Amino acid sequence: MPRPFRFGPAAISRPSFSAADLVIVAGLGSVLALAIRLAWRAPAVVAGPRISLSWSALPWYALLSTSRMAAAYGLSLLFSLAYGYFAARSAGARRVLMPLLDILQSVPILSFLPVVLLGLSAVLPQGLATELAAIILIFTSQAWNMTYSFYQSVTTVPQEMREAAAIFRLSPWLRFRVLDLPFAALGLIWNSMMSWAGGWFFLMAAEIFRVGSRDFRLAGLGAYLQTAADANDLKAVTAGVLTLIVTIVLLDQILWRPVLAWADKFKVEMVSSDAPPPRSWFFDVLNRSHLIGWLRHRFWSPFTERLDRRANLPAESSGETGAGVWRRLGLGLAAALGVIAAMALLFGVYRAVVTLMEMPAAGWPAIGTGVLATFGRVVASLVLALLWTVPVGVAIGTNRRLAGVLQPVVQVVASIPATALFPVLVLALLRVPGGLNLAAVILMLAGTQWYLLFNVIAGTAAIPQDLRDSADLLRLSRWQRWRTLTLPALFPFLVTGAITAGGGAWNASIVAEYVTFGGETHSTVGIGSLIARATAASDYRLLLAATLAMILAVVGLNRTWWRWLYHQAEVRFKLE
Amino acid sequence: MTTMTTMATPETAELLTVRGVTKSYGAEGKSFTAVQNVDLRIAEGEFVCLLGPSGCGKSTLLRIIAGLMPATSGQVLYCGRHIAGVNPYATIVFQTFALFPWLTVEQNVTVALKARGVDLPTRHATALRLIDTVGLDGFEKAYPRELSGGMRQKVGFARAMAVEPELLCLDEPFSALDVLSAEALRGELMELWLGKKLPTRAILMVTHNIEEAVLMADRIVVMGKNPGHVVTEIPVGLRHPRARKDTAFQALVDRVYAAVAGHTPSEAEALGTAPGQPGHTRRLPPARINALSGLMERLNEEGGRSDLYRLGADLQLELDDLLPVLEAAQILGFAHVTEGDAVLTPLGKAFAEASILTRKQLVAGRILRQPTILWIFETLRQDDNQRVAKSFFLDKLRADFGDEAPRQLDLAIKWARYAELFAFDDDTDELYLEAAQE
Repeated sequence: MPRPFRFGPAAISRPSFSAADLVIVAGLGSVLALAIRLAWRAPAVVAGPRISLSWSALPWYALLSTSRMAAAYGLSLLFSLAYGYFAARSAGARRVLMPLLDILQSVPILSFLPVVLLGLSAVLPQGLATELAAIILIFTSQAWNMTYSFYQSVTTVPQEMREAAAIFRLSPWLRFRVLDLPFAALGLIWNSMMSWAGGWFFLMAAEIFRVGSRDFRLAGLGAYLQTAADANDLKAVTAGVLTLIVTIVLLDQILWRPVLAWADKFKVEMVSSDAPPPRSWFFDVLNRSHLIGWLRHRFWSPFTERLDRRANLPAESSGETGAGVWRRLGLGLAAALGVIAAMALLFGVYRAVVTLMEMPAAGWPAIGTGVLATFGRVVASLVLALLWTVPVGVAIGTNRRLAGVLQPVVQVVASIPATALFPVLVLALLRVPGGLNLAAVILMLAGTQWYLLFNVIAGTAAIPQDLRDSADLLRLSRWQRWRTLTLPALFPFLVTGAITAGGGAWNASIVAEYVTFGGETHSTVGIGSLIARATAASDYRLLLAATLAMILAVVGLNRTWWRWLYHQAEVRFKLE
Repeated sequence: MTTMTTMATPETAELLTVRGVTKSYGAEGKSFTAVQNVDLRIAEGEFVCLLGPSGCGKSTLLRIIAGLMPATSGQVLYCGRHIAGVNPYATIVFQTFALFPWLTVEQNVTVALKARGVDLPTRHATALRLIDTVGLDGFEKAYPRELSGGMRQKVGFARAMAVEPELLCLDEPFSALDVLSAEALRGELMELWLGKKLPTRAILMVTHNIEEAVLMADRIVVMGKNPGHVVTEIPVGLRHPRARKDTAFQALVDRVYAAVAGHTPSEAEALGTAPGQPGHTRRLPPARINALSGLMERLNEEGGRSDLYRLGADLQLELDDLLPVLEAAQILGFAHVTEGDAVLTPLGKAFAEASILTRKQLVAGRILRQPTILWIFETLRQDDNQRVAKSFFLDKLRADFGDEAPRQLDLAIKWARYAELFAFDDDTDELYLEAAQE
């Protein structure tokens, strides 16, 4: 069934707060507490890399940044396949894994960055620790929606296809290769592209992270842009931005477009749709290439044939007793792991509580104020984003000519991660009174408006032609038309867009509210700046309390306000 | 035929024996029984049809026989032996073809062979031969989406034949095809089967198309619903090729129609007990009011009595569409069924000739005989505000209908809305009495 594509989290429709949520939040707190315990031993001074502003260094930096993205993406893909498959196959695992995923995807990921950085640099050599932290950070921003997509695909394989796989006795491996993976491929690829785009935002944030005397920056495009802005070198800034754009566009052209064109055969609809299949010049070139054809014939086909033969273990194990032993062994192992995890969890929660108790009472009001201030900025950025994206999106969605002109421009502009431009923004706004406040809101806006815009365009395009015709026939005035047709039809899309955008805005607060620029530190009131300041001052109690407060605030908002809106959107404003 | 389970000579042996098979879902009071205590035998060389209205559990039975799902109780014996899991000697051709859209025709046929560890050259040769047999040569490298429905089902047949099944199970294989493709494919299958060009020892086909069953089968097993059970078995002695215009053919179709539609049961039995009360609570049939009006008018034009077979053909209704409407007419007392004929009652005649408003009143007067609707109506009347939350009714109905409860409640609301008895307020999620709104 062709469904209008919505850019946003998919797992929101689960029931609200449950006991599992409590366990999961406690688990997060406990992991944080344990990492912070490690962080106590983190070096007080961290020297960052030397960033060269020479243009010849740019390709090298682009390669470094892309490698980090690739490593994180590879990790995310493996994780999604394993986690999603396991959750789909085992009912017991599903009960734990799915609520966990739901929380994980609404947690503000950047809030973990300081804790992860400090924890890792306490145990690993400096360079490795920051690299690893960046990869973990990008991974946590990429994995959840891919996992959810894969899980959902595997659980929604049509019944008759599942039965066909069973009646022809496909082995688990063949079934995965012939049925589950192809069926999930399109969703997985779309989500991969979203994850990849989102990953740049976090990569740039990780590459420029620097608090007090701890310089966690990484050699890469993000650090280049920051250094350039720091040195007031506008030429270097321009070169850096251009390199970034070229890198992103190039990856899109030689990686994602070809993959998308290739994956068109995984469409499940049996009717050929009106929409032309995605095309890619690079894919056509590859397809026509004799070398590729030869490689496929000579190596790829024999390889898959042998792989299938090796992995083609029969579905039913021949030796029942052997299977029983393995099963029991597996269960025993799982039980042992469960006990260890539970004990670690309890210890972590204990540590978290102790750490929090030790925090001076004066810290709490500051955290409350910080959460409120950041909340205010998030709301402001959302309102600003709505104010411009709704009219523009509706215009693009209804006007074909305008869409033809603006769509490519919007896509390129949207692909530039907001965090990469943040140092430039700071450079421009720091002298204005309340400048950092403004810069923070603009960063949040820049990071989030695209989700809204794309959703508005998709929502407008999804308004059925007969409804538009009726609105014309009824001679509705412009305002009446907005009220009775456009806004209600857009509502579900606005909600999904706003959920994702809101999550992004909270994330941005970590880098936006506390800036080290030109050797000076500037900060404004907010939970993000509190977390950054605690990291700089090695105030681990405050760091734990502030990070937990932010997680609770975001998860709480998701579970109450957004869920309610989402429910309204699903029940009252669904067009079908 | 004997009931012995020992291996007799292969020619007379029972290929498949189903004994007392029951399948229920759910547990503890909320269970739903799909099929109950079914006995079935299929002999070597037989073509057997399972025929019945939707919801009679015929597809469930097919899946139990193929080993896709286990029976709750009872036995399935293949050549006298019990087989755990999927029966390796059986295969299924599916209603929606169940081809893998991302594999070419050839790959779709060979994947079953790959699973059996057949080597590449043999796979390739077998696939080409079978694709040729079903008349698709030249389409080996095509993807299923490039084929028409009939051609896709041919791939389905080729794939099934690739594993050389002894028992070929067909799950409504022609019902997703257009009329002409279905007819052509039926002919081709019969040609292969009667010409002994298939390695298959018996065919079991599920269908709800009576003519199709009479056209193809050696024996028709008629199933009924609530819960699914075998009503009767009708042997088909007609010689192949069979002609639809043949009087013997038509007589047999009529006989099968009578067996499927049954006759109108007594009123107490037909209506059942109220939800929550002991006894069987009759389900509301999924019938639309417009369809009911159409049927009544048609019956009236026919002089108040019509052959079900003709009625279905004239109104272009499949059995699955006709039976629920007929059931609704019986519940309202507008018509009854005897000997394969639908007969209009005086009340039904009045309805057929009435204006829209009078029709509503007629339905309102009769619909309260239906226990579920009466129970909702009484519950609402006893409420102070004459408004009760939908969830209340759903919870109670779940005890009788399980997962079917939401649909039953929706049906009740639809009928009651038509009769202007009670309605549903989407904003508050409540049911309310229409009279209380004035």
